[in-house]
Amino acid sequence: MSDISVAAERDDNLWAAALQSRSFVIGVLLTIVFVIAALVSFFWTPFDVEELAISSKLLAPSSTNWFGTDHFGRDIFSMLMVGARTSIAVAFVAVGIGIGLGVPLGLTAASWRGSLLDEMIMRGNDLVFAFPALLIAIMITAVFGPGAVNAIIAIGIFNIPVFARLARGAALSLWTREFVLAARVAGKGAVRISVEHILPNILNLLIVQGTIQFSLGILAEAALSYVGLGAQPPTPSWGRMLSEAQTMISLAPHMALFPGLAIVFTVLGLNLMGDGLRDVFDPKTRRSRT
Amino acid sequence: MKSSKLMVALGAGLLLAVSMSPALAQRTDINVGMVLEPPNLDPTGGAAAAIDEVVYANVFEGLTRFDSSGAVIPALAESWDISEDGLTYTFHLHSGVIFHDGSPMDSSDVVFSLERAMAEDSTNAQKGLFAGIESVEAPDAETVVVTLSAPNGLFLFNMAWGDAVIVAPESAENNATNPIGTGPFEFVEWVQGDHVELAKFDSYWGEPVALDQVTFKFVGDPTAAFAAMMTEDIDAFPNFPAPETLPQLEADPRFTVIVGSTEGETVMSMNNGREPFDNILVREAIAHAINRQEIIDGAMFGYGTPIGTFFAPHNPAYVDLTGLSDYDPERSKELLAEAGYPDGFSATFHLPPVATYARRGGEIIAAQLREVGIEVELINVEWAQWLEGPFGAKEYDLTIVSHTEPMDIGAYANPDYYFNYQSDEFNAVMEELNDTTDPDARTALLQQAQTIIAEDYATVFLFQLAKTGVANAKLEGLWANSPTQANDMTGVHWTE
Repeated sequence: MSDISVAAERDDNLWAAALQSRSFVIGVLLTIVFVIAALVSFFWTPFDVEELAISSKLLAPSSTNWFGTDHFGRDIFSMLMVGARTSIAVAFVAVGIGIGLGVPLGLTAASWRGSLLDEMIMRGNDLVFAFPALLIAIMITAVFGPGAVNAIIAIGIFNIPVFARLARGAALSLWTREFVLAARVAGKGAVRISVEHILPNILNLLIVQGTIQFSLGILAEAALSYVGLGAQPPTPSWGRMLSEAQTMISLAPHMALFPGLAIVFTVLGLNLMGDGLRDVFDPKTRRSRT
Repeated sequence: MKSSKLMVALGAGLLLAVSMSPALAQRTDINVGMVLEPPNLDPTGGAAAAIDEVVYANVFEGLTRFDSSGAVIPALAESWDISEDGLTYTFHLHSGVIFHDGSPMDSSDVVFSLERAMAEDSTNAQKGLFAGIESVEAPDAETVVVTLSAPNGLFLFNMAWGDAVIVAPESAENNATNPIGTGPFEFVEWVQGDHVELAKFDSYWGEPVALDQVTFKFVGDPTAAFAAMMTEDIDAFPNFPAPETLPQLEADPRFTVIVGSTEGETVMSMNNGREPFDNILVREAIAHAINRQEIIDGAMFGYGTPIGTFFAPHNPAYVDLTGLSDYDPERSKELLAEAGYPDGFSATFHLPPVATYARRGGEIIAAQLREVGIEVELINVEWAQWLEGPFGAKEYDLTIVSHTEPMDIGAYANPDYYFNYQSDEFNAVMEELNDTTDPDARTALLQQAQTIIAEDYATVFLFQLAKTGVANAKLEGLWANSPTQANDMTGVHWTE
């Protein structure tokens, strides 16, 4: 009984602290808008994004087409809604790949720190890490062809070393703590200790990093689509909308403006949220920052 | 005191004027923008239009050539006589013609060039041009006698193509990287991925050219092309890749926009050898599903003329057959049902890297086909992939390209062409055409040929590519139209 109330009180404190951070609130609000736009697009968009209406191309923003129309007469607001879906899907799965593969690798390396296995895992990570992320992505899509699935794999692969390093670093410091020692004395094996004692204690770090990687994933997807290696037409994608707008920027500036703003606000929102989460989860940084 | 100051000021002004005059002198160099870089520089050894766009009339010359209106005029051959039966052509060559390496050009070079192009193992991309030649002889250094196996009304026209230029035996092998011809410009350097530079050839036999230096710069990206124009890095862009920016360039007094015609029939090919496109009903259904005007407006920003067959609308022999394949989605659905595809089908659509008609046009076509139930998967490919897969191995369902060679309707008679189209009726007409010299009879046959492919729905005939060129307003002498693939710089000069 008392245990539960203590935990609840701690949670209340966390949320109270979180809600006091203005940047966290703004970040959450921006992210919510973005997620809602993506979810609503499954059921409703103002216009059909796959239907072209050449006769109404390059219309300026109006009460009918809130953000104007593109060079094929498609409604830009509707395209941004569906594009949000593409961005989320790509970034979400890519972060999933990073966590799903990177965290077990990092925990394994930490469990057998100093061994040949540790060396192999971490040097393998260094190898992937040594390449600029976008370069790997372009390489993968060049070999396997452009498309949303390959973009996900490409972005996911460069997420693996990020999470592996984070998990290993955090786990290493925990392995020297008394409660881990107690678990070892109790006869638990390395795998069980990693899962039952290490993982829950590094979860907050992973969530914060996950939020940051999510925003990087959205940027990477936009960059890949911009060079034509992301989601293929007719699937709308923010990056491709920007690249198509390029030559028409003097004719129809709204074509570049709105996808650009969508990317900026989404990435900003996720980063603010990530910062806020870090402050909430880690009292030390909260204190040092204030 | 006052007057002396004035004198000093005047003197300084005069000095300034004198020192500045060299800078104000007429420019004699030009930077020409091109979208595609040529794979090599030998017009007798490749099909790419970009080769001719660099070297035709500039570096290489043939016996005859095209002028800016597409008429065949004398080039290396000063004049010619045609025998009564139309079988023997006697060409009289210009005297004093020398190649850029200093060796003289004479009748033996002509014999060599034609025999090389005709040979069994020739790599010439247009071997058909030489097919009717029985023998080539050189009675003396300035005379060449060509004997045909049958009269060919197009022979002089054929000899004007970039593929029929005269090369020297000693340099022919290296023309791909170091082209040596007889033209008014000689090759200087080729920095791959960037530019080809030509310089005036001082010992040119003909009228001297005004320009000292011509640099062809390769700018594939429409945005970069627009930026290069605006910053005047490029003086002329004969086939400007961003039609949407033309109004802005036209409004700028620094530039002139030249809109003309090309020989580019833009068609969507349907692999006639593959299911379901081997069924004429399916092909007709696709033709009716396509709204040409929407493609011209959406992809080309209004530049282009709808065509209903594989022929240039500015040609007097053109027949307007657009009515055979007018936009009628209801009819299209009926035809699909009749062909056994009431629910449509799915197909792939390979798009070469042309931002306007291929990439944008492809998206529009995909949306139009979706309306009648045909699901199209768009596949963006680079030129090398396109030439190898769809064009070379005929591995495609649908693809789109603009065919910029002049009078190339004969491609439909070529069984190895990527259309995979076979029609004995069409082949017979083309054969008869080759043997016909009478202009009226030729026109009638050409119209018959146009009608056959249109009624067979061999390909989807979209529109005639417009030549949308942009140039510095001070430049004169650029071709307004593209009767052949060329950027003829011989008549180009700066006005101030």
